Amino acid sequence: MAGLAQERGRTSLVNRVRIGDWIFTALVSAAAAVVLLIIVGLFYELITRSWPAVTHNGIDFIWATEWNPPREVFNAGTFIVGTVVTSVAALVIATAIGVLVAIYLVEIAPPMVARPVSFMVELLAAIPSVVFGLWGVFVLGVFIRDDFGPRFVDVFGFIPFFDGTPLITGLLSAVLILATMILPTVMAVSRDVIAAVPRSQREGIVALGATRWEMIQLTVLPYARSGVLGAAILGLARAVGETLAVTLVIGNRVGIPHTIFDPAYTMASAIANQFTEVENDMHRASLLEVALLLLIITFLINVAARLLVWRVTGGQRVSVVE
Amino acid sequence: MVLDSEPRTAVDVTGETGTQSFQFQPQNALKAPAGPEVREEPGDVALRAEHVHAYYGQKLAVGDVSMEIYARKITALIGPSGCGKSTYIRCFNRMHEFTPHARVEGHIYLEGTDIYDPNVDATRVRQRIGMVFQKPNPFPTMSIEQNVAAGLRFTNIRNRSEIRDRVETALKQAALWDEVKGDLKKPGIALSGGQQQRLCIARAIAVEPEVVLMDEPCSALDPIATLKIEDLMYGLAERFTIVIVTHNLQQAARVSDWTGFMLAGEDGVGRLVEYRPTQDMFTNPREDRTEAYITGRFG
Ligand SMILES: Nc1ncnc2c1ncn2[C@@H]1O[C@H](COP(=O)(O)OP(=O)(O)O)[C@@H](O)[C@H]1O
Ligand SMILES: [Mg+2]
Repeated sequence: MAGLAQERGRTSLVNRVRIGDWIFTALVSAAAAVVLLIIVGLFYELITRSWPAVTHNGIDFIWATEWNPPREVFNAGTFIVGTVVTSVAALVIATAIGVLVAIYLVEIAPPMVARPVSFMVELLAAIPSVVFGLWGVFVLGVFIRDDFGPRFVDVFGFIPFFDGTPLITGLLSAVLILATMILPTVMAVSRDVIAAVPRSQREGIVALGATRWEMIQLTVLPYARSGVLGAAILGLARAVGETLAVTLVIGNRVGIPHTIFDPAYTMASAIANQFTEVENDMHRASLLEVALLLLIITFLINVAARLLVWRVTGGQRVSVVE
Repeated sequence: MVLDSEPRTAVDVTGETGTQSFQFQPQNALKAPAGPEVREEPGDVALRAEHVHAYYGQKLAVGDVSMEIYARKITALIGPSGCGKSTYIRCFNRMHEFTPHARVEGHIYLEGTDIYDPNVDATRVRQRIGMVFQKPNPFPTMSIEQNVAAGLRFTNIRNRSEIRDRVETALKQAALWDEVKGDLKKPGIALSGGQQQRLCIARAIAVEPEVVLMDEPCSALDPIATLKIEDLMYGLAERFTIVIVTHNLQQAARVSDWTGFMLAGEDGVGRLVEYRPTQDMFTNPREDRTEAYITGRFG
């Protein structure tokens, strides 16, 4: 028998397979370990380097709003408010528009229209954020200052938050730019999730006498809701961390904004804007503390998101990445 | 969102215009050939199909089928896979046109109104002609109760206690009430496959349609669940006209009063070969092709 195997150019399989197996296991384990190490290392570095600031600034850091490098008073309240307000507002706008566009693309538009529109919206995701930032300053910002802003204040200025002096940079510019930046993510994921709603679900409700809108309302959207939620969370994660474009358009002023036209600051833009020109060691450590906070917040968003999706789907896996 | 705000009633498929065209056709060629062996009385006609052609794009899938479906009888459609049974049954509630590029030519009369008349609203047709699908398709985000009541949203029934009564009646008729009466708030997908299909039957009959179409309702179920559904069909037939597609010949023989045999020709177009009282069809088929099929020589 051995002679026959040799004759046919066959060698023993046992050793090779074992070795290949072992190498493969070692490789993927190593890769997993590296990822873990990077995360642990990142947290470790941030914690040790910001530790002087953590002890110096105390717990006030999270809600107080004074940020005064020369006096070595560092509190991140302004940045936190800026990040939360811009991200949530952008998320609401992007989700509303993204889901509507997704419904249009899947349920209404003929393929001849759906394909190019889809492609163009997805193209938005490929635009570098500096381009968004510059466009936000030179086009959107100017439009808000000269045309949109004054008219808007004339009409809606009596409502709190909607008055003030429109400038090129400010909260509104940041929100709109952020919304535009996360729109492709929300739209593309929602579109795929809506398109993945099984035909049997649509037919089930249509066979009961539903119109097209009733079908979308009663089966398509409820069926897709966990996926749409996932889409929104992907968008939120991007909005919270987005740095460059926001730094260019938000105005970078320490202080709680009182109207949608006021300049503001986010955690990410504060780090990007000040890190190259720190005034003292405590300033640097405090910026690292902001970074640590940003990391923790991002982490919490992810955990909360997973819990939310898990609750909505009743423990089933999310359909986002199917 | 623009919603159809006006509640649709289950009375008149043509809507409020009331332009019904009662065209009682001469019933010559459409009736089943009345031979001496016909023991089944045809009775009232619930649906009359005339020269129905169903297309997928350019492709003709069902060609020139004419038949009468008798009220409160169970009519089975049999035939080998791909002969157009599903396509044809979906013409009866205008679900065929829900498939992209699919269209129907011909006429189907429901109480004298052609459901393919341009004035007829397809959503109203579907309220009067319900459907149960091959695979159970309960709505996963809805409870058992909400599933059954889903179709009532499109009617003018708003009263909570009336909805509850309808749900209970439908679940009883679908032989599911005793198994779920304590768990009406549970999600519909928590049920077993057979229970899910009975839930879908309850959902279809809760709006009290005249006709219930069933496209191989048991093909995804085990034999015991299948028997349960067959059993409840006799009860349903007291109130509803039932059309069932099945490729299980024993099932057709067991449950149906009338049987239509469909077959795709060389050209791939499905046609109705023979349509007779079930007992005659199975004991004494007229067409050689029917005999070949029911004796298991092909298909
Ligand atoms: N969505 C579709 N698009 C194109 N052709 C279809 C479609 N559905 C069914 N057909 C074709 O129509 C014919 C009849 O199919 P069907 O009605 O499903 O048969 P049956 O239910 O008897 O098995 C088959 O030739 C099938 O390939
Ligand atoms: Mg079929």
